[in-house]
Amino acid sequence: MDIPSGSPTAGRASRAPGMARRFLRSGQVRLGVGLVLATTAFALLGPLLTPFDPLRSVSMAYAPPDAAHPLGTDNLGRDVLSRLMAGGIHLAWMAPAAAILGVGSGAAIGMIAAFRGGIVDAVLMRTMDVLLAFPGILFALLFVSIVGPQPWLLILITAIALMPGCARVIRGATLPFTASEFVLWGRAVGLAPRRILVGEILPNVTSPLMVEFGIRLMLAVGLLASLSFIGYGIQAPTPDWGLMVSENRSGLSIQPLAVVAPIIFIVLYTVGGNLIAEGAARVIGRTEGKVR
Amino acid sequence: MTGSEVEVSGLEVAVEATGALIVDDVSLRLASGHVMGVVGESGSGKSTLALAMLGYAKQGARISAGHVVVDGVDLLSLSERELRAVRGRKVAYVPQDPATALNPALSIRTQLTEGLGRRREVSLPALRELLRAVGLPDDDGFLKRRPRELSGGQQQRIAIAMAIAADPRLVVFDEPTTGLDVSTQARVLELVRRLCRERSMAAVYVSHDLAVVADVADTVIVMYAGQVVEAGPTRDVITRPNHPYTRALLAAVPSVGERHRLIPIRGRAPAVGDATPGCSYAPRCGFAIDACRTADPPLAATSGGRLVRCIRHEELAAKPSVTDRVPDLRAAAAGDGDFLRVSGLSAYYAGRQVLSDVSFGLARGECLAVVGESGSGKTTMSRCLIGLHGEQEGDYRFDGAAMPARAERRSASTRRQLQYVFQNPYGSLNPRRSIEQNLTAPTRDLLGMDAEASRRRAREVLDRVEIPAALLARYPGELSGGQLQRVAIARALACEPKLLLCDEVTSALDVSVQASVVELLRSLLDDGLSMIFVTHNLAVVRSIADRVIVLNGGRIVESGGTEEVLSAPTHPYTQALMTDTLDVPKSTSI
Repeated sequence: MDIPSGSPTAGRASRAPGMARRFLRSGQVRLGVGLVLATTAFALLGPLLTPFDPLRSVSMAYAPPDAAHPLGTDNLGRDVLSRLMAGGIHLAWMAPAAAILGVGSGAAIGMIAAFRGGIVDAVLMRTMDVLLAFPGILFALLFVSIVGPQPWLLILITAIALMPGCARVIRGATLPFTASEFVLWGRAVGLAPRRILVGEILPNVTSPLMVEFGIRLMLAVGLLASLSFIGYGIQAPTPDWGLMVSENRSGLSIQPLAVVAPIIFIVLYTVGGNLIAEGAARVIGRTEGKVR
Repeated sequence: MTGSEVEVSGLEVAVEATGALIVDDVSLRLASGHVMGVVGESGSGKSTLALAMLGYAKQGARISAGHVVVDGVDLLSLSERELRAVRGRKVAYVPQDPATALNPALSIRTQLTEGLGRRREVSLPALRELLRAVGLPDDDGFLKRRPRELSGGQQQRIAIAMAIAADPRLVVFDEPTTGLDVSTQARVLELVRRLCRERSMAAVYVSHDLAVVADVADTVIVMYAGQVVEAGPTRDVITRPNHPYTRALLAAVPSVGERHRLIPIRGRAPAVGDATPGCSYAPRCGFAIDACRTADPPLAATSGGRLVRCIRHEELAAKPSVTDRVPDLRAAAAGDGDFLRVSGLSAYYAGRQVLSDVSFGLARGECLAVVGESGSGKTTMSRCLIGLHGEQEGDYRFDGAAMPARAERRSASTRRQLQYVFQNPYGSLNPRRSIEQNLTAPTRDLLGMDAEASRRRAREVLDRVEIPAALLARYPGELSGGQLQRVAIARALACEPKLLLCDEVTSALDVSVQASVVELLRSLLDDGLSMIFVTHNLAVVRSIADRVIVLNGGRIVESGGTEEVLSAPTHPYTQALMTDTLDVPKSTSI
């Protein structure tokens, strides 16, 4: 019998370093990485460098931009630039935390479901389907009303909203490997299931996992910003991008910068993330094609 | 002999990006009604040559020079449109895997009419005629079937019918029997021969299997590194090979008729673009002299209408053939052993019984071959033995103690002592972990070795299977099929097994590589390992097994010592299997 077509013939292995290099060679990915790094740096360093106290009124409400306040002031006369610089920190740490939690648990559930199969698979995945049927925002409304807008709760809720979709994708990615011969071998010689999942299967699904993380991180940003906007997230007077949009929307016609500036930052961050995720998907798609 | 129907001259196929030649200056003539075999190992350019004869090159490759004249027309001078018109009518192709070549959604009838071209209205009687010509039923019920409702052999007959429908002058067969059972293969080969004779078509038959080519072809060309190294009448070339590569290839082929040592070809075939000065085979050749490494040898004509690309072919022709077979006299263990005893094993697949009441014993240090065709239940049986098949009943005793059926219930030492090597070397190692990580995983987890000890062990077992330690850091995708299979064996050895279960381990490998893997397994047997060798290849059985059990329809139909079963089979099924298995004609020394 000849080698089945699509199998590697010789000399071309895909390894992380090679893939990272190919990945960074794409202009689209570079732009994405640049955007995400820039917005994240701005959000993390901003609070230390604010020209004014973001909580104090420094001028009249909705003052237009001038030399002292390049972005003008907001509904309570606070400096928009200072609030913008101080208002990204929540998204900058809560979104990644929620994404790590959501993608991590989703991936674990997806891999276990695919590996165990049968009843375990059915129960886990139907549970995920039920979760998927609820809009994430509805959960948030319910639990925030009961517990109050605690950061840990917001992270938890966002993570739960991200989990089911990720579980689905990772289950699909794991499935072909559960029947592969190196996994059968592991089962036959009695490697512990945890060891097979982490040691044998995980390295083979890291690529879809990376793509998933990119996509889910952006969803987390969107969800957290929306929660702030409807008043279920970060509470006034704390500066926050999502909250700024909702606080200042009544002055949109007089002082649009107070609304547009935070929106631009959220957009730059999400677009950057999407560019990376898409670039990753393309590079991985090409590499996988070669590997299998 | 009639006039040449097909004339190929100076044909070259190059990699588009680098210009490296995949097929290097091939010229040949083929008369109508004759079959020409093209033999070579993976990467020799045989399939590329076959496609180029249809005026086709795979993506990334380009036909860069030469002529392919079929029935007076040079295919390579035609435009893409003219070429399309000629394909099917003058030249046709039968692919290796009919399952992927046929459209699964179309009925046989639509499938065949499509092949004949839409514009021409095909009469039903003509269709029935065509089906009869390839030995298939021609009733309406059959015409309505879909490809998946047919057996592999029937699918291949449909693919052949599609190829010959428009009465082409040249048909290219690309390993059409590779995935088929021996009995089906024998019938398809007979069909190929008959069709060529009756319709006076010329055929090119590409295969890696020397026995198949010896059976079907009138003339043969042997390919190595994109070049023809030897060409001539099949019988002459196979029984009195002049080129060292042909000799080596023949020495690597196991025989059904007798057990002999297989002699692997050392080294690795050059990859496309690895141009070395001088003869491309010189680095692996036992007869190479300094002159071989400096100048490209010409394809010289010898007496007897043969072409040989070797500067020493005259000396070699006079030398006794290296394929003189060294008989191997491993003492066979006698009787039904009880190192492993399987009693009353029955297994089911989705409620359907696939194994019925299988019982056998294996002595310590013995090699037992389990022979069967597809559907015989041999794969299910090996899955049962390693404890990965759920629906089964029966008792096992291993090394003096009862062994549970399921792997999870077996003791850690049993699981370690009973190791398994899979058929597909590309799937049995984790592609995302290095060779070292693949090898240290079992020793760390099963033997509880620390990192240092398990790395040492990995080196030891790799050395045992003759793989250089330099490959430890590589990934499976960077190794050849033969190397991967050795690593898979090494991984089994790392667990210090007592019984090795080998499932078709050589069927995905080239003959020269198969020879080296068989010899490796044989040396492990000499070390005292016991082995169960599951295969459909009787020649490999002959060369390695002490005892044989023959499975058919989930039952053992015959069992006994290899010598007695293969030399004097008593069950009709085994007899048929032996008759249908092709053997390379024995070489004759000059």
